[in-house]
Amino acid sequence: MRAFTQHQGIVAPMDRSNVDTDMIIPKQFLKSIKRTGFGPNLFDELRYLDEGKPDQDSSQRPLNPDFVLNQARYKDASVLLARANFGCGSSREHAPWALEDYGFRVIIAPSFADIFYNNCFKNGLLPIVLEEEQVDRLFREAEATEGYQLTVDLEAQTVTTPSGESFSFEVDNFRRHCLLNGLDDIGVTLEDAEQIRAYEDARRKTAPWLFNSVNQ
Amino acid sequence: MAGKTLYDKLWDDHLVKQRDDGSALIYIDRQLLHEVTSPQAFEGLRLAGRKPWRIDANLATPDHNVPTTDRDKGIDGIVDPVSRTQVETLDKNCDEFGILEFKIKDQRQGIVHVIGPEQGATLPGMSIVCGDSHTSTHGAFGCLAHGIGTSEVEHVLATQCLVQKKMKNMLVKVNGKLGRGVTGKDVVLAIIGKIGTAGGTGYAIEFGGEAIRGLSMEGRMTICNMAIEAGARVGMVAVDDTTIEYVKGRPFSPIGEQWDTAVAYWRTLHSDDNAVFDKVVELDGAAIKPQVSWGTSPEMVADVDGQVPDPAKEEDPIRREGIVRALKYMGLQPNQAITDIQLDRVFIGSCTNSRIEDLREAAAVVKGRKVAASLKQAMVVPGSGLVKAQAEQEGLDKIFIEAGLEWRDPGCSMCLAMNADKLGQGEHCASTSNRNFEGRQGFGGRTHLVSPAMAAAAAVTGHFVDVRELLN
Ligand code: SF4
Repeated sequence: MRAFTQHQGIVAPMDRSNVDTDMIIPKQFLKSIKRTGFGPNLFDELRYLDEGKPDQDSSQRPLNPDFVLNQARYKDASVLLARANFGCGSSREHAPWALEDYGFRVIIAPSFADIFYNNCFKNGLLPIVLEEEQVDRLFREAEATEGYQLTVDLEAQTVTTPSGESFSFEVDNFRRHCLLNGLDDIGVTLEDAEQIRAYEDARRKTAPWLFNSVNQ
Repeated sequence: MAGKTLYDKLWDDHLVKQRDDGSALIYIDRQLLHEVTSPQAFEGLRLAGRKPWRIDANLATPDHNVPTTDRDKGIDGIVDPVSRTQVETLDKNCDEFGILEFKIKDQRQGIVHVIGPEQGATLPGMSIVCGDSHTSTHGAFGCLAHGIGTSEVEHVLATQCLVQKKMKNMLVKVNGKLGRGVTGKDVVLAIIGKIGTAGGTGYAIEFGGEAIRGLSMEGRMTICNMAIEAGARVGMVAVDDTTIEYVKGRPFSPIGEQWDTAVAYWRTLHSDDNAVFDKVVELDGAAIKPQVSWGTSPEMVADVDGQVPDPAKEEDPIRREGIVRALKYMGLQPNQAITDIQLDRVFIGSCTNSRIEDLREAAAVVKGRKVAASLKQAMVVPGSGLVKAQAEQEGLDKIFIEAGLEWRDPGCSMCLAMNADKLGQGEHCASTSNRNFEGRQGFGGRTHLVSPAMAAAAAVTGHFVDVRELLN
């Protein structure tokens, strides 16, 4: 996984609450058996005027001019500013894959849905929870100033505005550690293989039916 | 000392290691796999040269992409080549790693959340994961069941563990007895309407109270299934006689002495009387009416005798904007009566409502009636091959077919429209599924979430109607 330490980038404000993962990446694109290539279909139904199909060249499709990411000033955005309950609904990891593939590295919102929040960390994407008022402020500033950028420092756990003001955010230590170092979770867990085996041995004695094989 | 909640007990029994930073390794007893969220996980294993930790803890089936007609053709019956590749990839991965899979032509194939319980692969007290958010369904058996992402599917395949942080405890207590014609689906829609789609975020919800105790396992599964629609990854119901009765004699259920030990343990799977919850929400079950969703989020629900809301009356600007946007998408007017919503299609199916009891409830309503001429389509998609067989044995298929409903083969079908079953633009559908998001059932399609009985009533009248008027 790509490590994340610091990032500075243009902010795209998406002023809508309860953005669900069906909206982030519609189901017709989930048929891929790969992890990459989802970027052109990020927010497909909001972004294009026609109905998106898999395996189609999206660069030729009619764009919805009202959609925020289609505005020239947000073209190179890598920080998504969002509203409450971002990423709700389906557990599809294709949602963070699409955001990452498009070029986002950071998502800032007052709250996230649990599964989505968790999935972001596995893909080098940093979801940041800020207070509602702070998010409101950033929305106003990002909309008012073309080329508005934020600087995110995961080590220091801060988001800094162009005027130099900093907001701090919470992130749990394990996730922060893995993301800072680009660590693969599975490798970290397998360091505890002995403990997992010991758990299994003990459990097999008290609840043997849990270890009956389904392959008979 | 405060007692433990059901969630506390399940957590403690699966804790492998508590890390200093608050995260923990939780042991997973069962993983269910399907074709959409697993290919990248198997690929990851292969790339890293890793082997599954415990092959026989996994059970797989294709469900999201499978067609609901022409199933005797097997994989060749899947017209869309991309869908076909996904199903073939699952077969290939399961064969390569030796994982048990109910393939497309196996009678045991079905929606993962239907076949787990049906096979006894879901047992009380287990920790269960699947790369699908509706894994909360299995919590109906007093299980710790989470939906997970694909990286976590790979993590569980490789380590049999999941990295988790303990959630907070919430109790949703539904008091009193449910009225006639009011089902688990109405209860859970009413709960989501009350607490909102983020009301359960960060919590594990236990559903309790007299109304929940009075429900069958099917009804409880419907409720736990939609815990995620209230934002909670985990929904649970305590084990009781109903649970144990259901599990008995299933193919993977324990037998003999193991059964007795298991039952003794399962009987402890309830919250202690003095357990403390971080949050408690109470509802009066007797007051719940049949529910219909009018908007594009599962919290946008109304009683069947109610009305579509008027945004002008909403004070909160973000909510007002949400209502305006939903009404525009749904093509509805403020204050319109729910019973005035005209329908184009009816879908009875999905992991929320495609079990035998759901089909019985729907059949009881359509029996001796005809699908309204104004409808383009009304279809019934059983949750598994075994549910289908059972329904046919009871003659339910004939009741549906005589009334003019289509009787299909099992799969997710129009719940998310990844196969050929979908809504046309602007069409209204009475659906027993769980999500009414924009475009969920087809580009521009308009979904109204209801119970199977309400969907059946809508099928025979062409619009929403209080099903209680049709039950005599
Ligand atoms: S029936 Fe619908 S919600 Fe359930 S697993 Fe299938 S697609 Fe997901």
